[in-house]
Amino acid sequence: MTSPSSTVEPRQRRPLRIAEVFLLILALGGGIGGFAMVGLSIRGELPDQFWFRSMLLAATALVAHIVLRLRAPWADQVILPAVVLLNGIGLSMIWRLEISDATGMAPADAAGNMQATLLGAIVAFALLWVLKDHRWLRRYTYTAMVVGLVLIALPLIPGLGQEINGARIWISVGGFSLQPAEFAKIAFAVFFAGYLVTNRDTLALAGPKIFGLQLPRLRDLGPILLIWAASLAVLILQRDLGTSLLFFGLFVAMLYQATARSSWIVLGLTLFAAGALAAARLFPHVGARIDVWLHPFDAEYYDREVGGSYQLVQGQFSMANGGLFGTGWGEGRPFQIPYAFSDFIYAALGEELGLTGLAAVVLTYLLIVQRGLKSALSVRDGFGKLLAGGLAFAMALQVFVVIGGITRIIPLTGLTLPFMAQGGSSLLANWIVIALLLRISDSARRPSDLPVRGQVSAGAPAPESEPILVGPSGADGGTPADGTPAAGSNLPRRRVVDRDPHGAPGDAAPTEHIGTDVPPEHRGGESR
Amino acid sequence: MNTTTRRLAGIVMVMFLALLVSTTWIQFFAADRLNNDPRNARALYAQFGTDRGPIVVGGEAIVDSVPVDDEWNYQREYAQGRLYAPLTGYYSLVSGTSGIERAENDFLAGSADALWVERVQNILTGSDPQGSSVELTIDPEAQQAAWDALGDQRGAVVALEPSTGRILALVSKPTFDPNDLASHDTAEANQAYLDLLNDEDDPLLSRASNTLEPPGSTFKLVTTAAALESGEYTADSVIDAPSTYTLTGTSTDVGNFAGTSCASAGEMTLAEALRISCNTAYLGLAGELGAEAMNEQAEKFGFGSTHDIPFTTSASQYDPDVDAMSTDQVELSGIGQGSVLAHPLQVAMVSAAIANGGELMEPYSVDRVRDAELEVVEETRTNSLGRAVSTETASALTDMMVSVVESGSGTSAQISGVPVAGKTGTAQHGDNSAPPHVWFTGFAPADDPQVAVAVIVDEGGALGGEATGGRVAAPIAKAVIEAVLNG
Repeated sequence: MTSPSSTVEPRQRRPLRIAEVFLLILALGGGIGGFAMVGLSIRGELPDQFWFRSMLLAATALVAHIVLRLRAPWADQVILPAVVLLNGIGLSMIWRLEISDATGMAPADAAGNMQATLLGAIVAFALLWVLKDHRWLRRYTYTAMVVGLVLIALPLIPGLGQEINGARIWISVGGFSLQPAEFAKIAFAVFFAGYLVTNRDTLALAGPKIFGLQLPRLRDLGPILLIWAASLAVLILQRDLGTSLLFFGLFVAMLYQATARSSWIVLGLTLFAAGALAAARLFPHVGARIDVWLHPFDAEYYDREVGGSYQLVQGQFSMANGGLFGTGWGEGRPFQIPYAFSDFIYAALGEELGLTGLAAVVLTYLLIVQRGLKSALSVRDGFGKLLAGGLAFAMALQVFVVIGGITRIIPLTGLTLPFMAQGGSSLLANWIVIALLLRISDSARRPSDLPVRGQVSAGAPAPESEPILVGPSGADGGTPADGTPAAGSNLPRRRVVDRDPHGAPGDAAPTEHIGTDVPPEHRGGESR
Repeated sequence: MNTTTRRLAGIVMVMFLALLVSTTWIQFFAADRLNNDPRNARALYAQFGTDRGPIVVGGEAIVDSVPVDDEWNYQREYAQGRLYAPLTGYYSLVSGTSGIERAENDFLAGSADALWVERVQNILTGSDPQGSSVELTIDPEAQQAAWDALGDQRGAVVALEPSTGRILALVSKPTFDPNDLASHDTAEANQAYLDLLNDEDDPLLSRASNTLEPPGSTFKLVTTAAALESGEYTADSVIDAPSTYTLTGTSTDVGNFAGTSCASAGEMTLAEALRISCNTAYLGLAGELGAEAMNEQAEKFGFGSTHDIPFTTSASQYDPDVDAMSTDQVELSGIGQGSVLAHPLQVAMVSAAIANGGELMEPYSVDRVRDAELEVVEETRTNSLGRAVSTETASALTDMMVSVVESGSGTSAQISGVPVAGKTGTAQHGDNSAPPHVWFTGFAPADDPQVAVAVIVDEGGALGGEATGGRVAAPIAKAVIEAVLNG
């Protein structure tokens, strides 16, 4: 999976992204069609501002498409339409819940979410425009760590943090509620990618072996322990199982991705389970969630005023009512579920679009995640691999935690479904994630002027001073890690530097040095 | 790192597969259970959100669903709520359904199997489903007459068409207004429901068909029937009629009404005993006939069975354990006391069977059901419950009942130009501290019966302890009979 470059001419023309245009039209049809059907079904006419809102959504997609064409022409063509589809369906459902709001509490706000969508898309594609190369982010590895830690600490600051439903994961700034954890997720992914790409070999190899588990040296573990402690602190101080699970899962997944030590997964899951169990014992709020998860239909939990299973059970009723094909847009009663527009938008969609609709939604998320992971496979630098893998996995985990909570695979948590649930922070953060994934996929699929490894060995035998496995060590398929050319390469150095204008040699250096220490499985794993 | 990335992709696949499985579980495998959970209000919303069919009496909708601009779309309205409440029942968000609203729900809601053609049409044309209309057997004039005649007294009236079993009138007081329960303001509806539940008079119960009281002397019709059917008695058979009767095996003396003696000779004919409603004669007669014969006759008149009219009535009883009855209990049963319990519909069925030449017809209140296009989808066919007495016995009983109204205890049921057959009753109940319930049952015209009625007025009604079946209940029966015959 080196890249398309192995099968195409070096002077390949920029893709016109026709597939994306076609898919975007389908995606907009899905979202706008739903919007129209809600209005026609409930009010017998098209919704207020139907054309304005639809055009706004279409214009957003169009602008995004143009930015991609200009700035990331090789980027994956499926990710953007998939996101537009999910976002459009989410907006339709929020509007649908807004106009038939029965509870009147914390009402759905479709216009607000439309603005957040626009803001999210603008910020994301501005970032895509400005950030020409994802490796630039690697320079801010430790900055990202600090930013992430500050972000998750914000809700704990008195006067700034808000406690909603027992969890303290919001902050209030100028009348807006923000969930800093959504942004911390990105910061941590950047930090993990930068940190692990530098230290993965020492983490994997150097250190004592206890009970067959290869443990790293303590000094290599420092920053990782810091993040582990931070994610436990989220659990303990903010009492939010979902965010804690998200950080921890991201951390474990990226650690595994970088070191290939499955013991990390075992160790990580054990540690988290222990932490979660302890939290369930110590904090009634977390414990109640677990009881509710296990026995939602018991009258004791169903009738409980605060922290009961009413919402969960109503969500199940809603989904059951939808059955295989759903009631149709505007024909169900999803507004019976408290917070259907945010926490439970999945159940609300299940009622009106049915199992078929939800399967489509789940598969669309899977498509985005797998496209992100595919970019991780084909991108040439280790940092990009880890960042794309981490961001994609974080999205998968978030989707799993939310939907798994609603469908009772795991206890319900306070996370929101990306792109669908109402919430500005979530929209903005996830659009940024998409911008990063698109940037990395552009880099992954851009035909390299550099020959692939086969060509290197065929056209220019490596000098003896360079072990054959140095090339693939920090990256896949021939491009030396982080744009720093391998010693002895006969390729023009200038070209490489061009592709990493921000990468300071000093920053990239550690990867180079550890090249020869790559564990055997990596050597095999890299070449495909 | 590509190997591990691929493994992560595999983990992601497993996670998403789990999501698809759990979603399928909820939406497909567990859906029925979840949809039927009593806490799931959706079934209720689906029900209340449809254009439910009307309930029709005499060509007019007495219950209908009216479009309203709220989340339920339709409001159930009861035009003459209290008048028809024991029949229609209620259709309520908070307290569910009762009466015909419950029994005919499938048709009213449009979900009955018989309506599948219409439902397919609705799906094809995209029109909203509409419920069917349910037409009742009730004669609106008889119903109104019964309501008016009962006045403010507690009690109930039932009128039947003897040849078919059609229910022409069914009134119960005190009653309730179904509109209060059908209110979409759930707090209001709930309060109304609680008030009705806490009301000592049980207004939610239909006294006409679901409250059992001792039938008193009206049950002498059953005793007389048993005697005639036994073949050992005729209307002219002379039976003992002492001034007091000591119940066998006890020291309890039972006298006649107001302590009078029935006959100076201490004996009289069976017809005469019924005419003046002689208790002592019937105590002895029942003792002679025995529990088995009495019970058998009572069951032939419908005692011991529930009836779906279409909502289910209570089963009147002769005795819960006939084999274990002591003789004094059997004797008491002869005058409709002791263990005998009946509701007015049952008592009316006794008169109706006699009026119908001895054949008992199953009572019913729904004539037919029409779908939204007014096509008849279901029509009730009359159903015989068998012969209660022979034609001869019925004829003899009719003659005896006519003399009750002509010159006996039921003279106030007389209608000029129309021979009326009847029987009064004054029934002690509970611990005898309250005034007795007063009864009247009968039919008219005696030679060509069009209507059979039964009336109960609880605790003597306005007259209290002074009341008798003849004074209080008979005029009400008369009013209903007149309404039917003149209508």
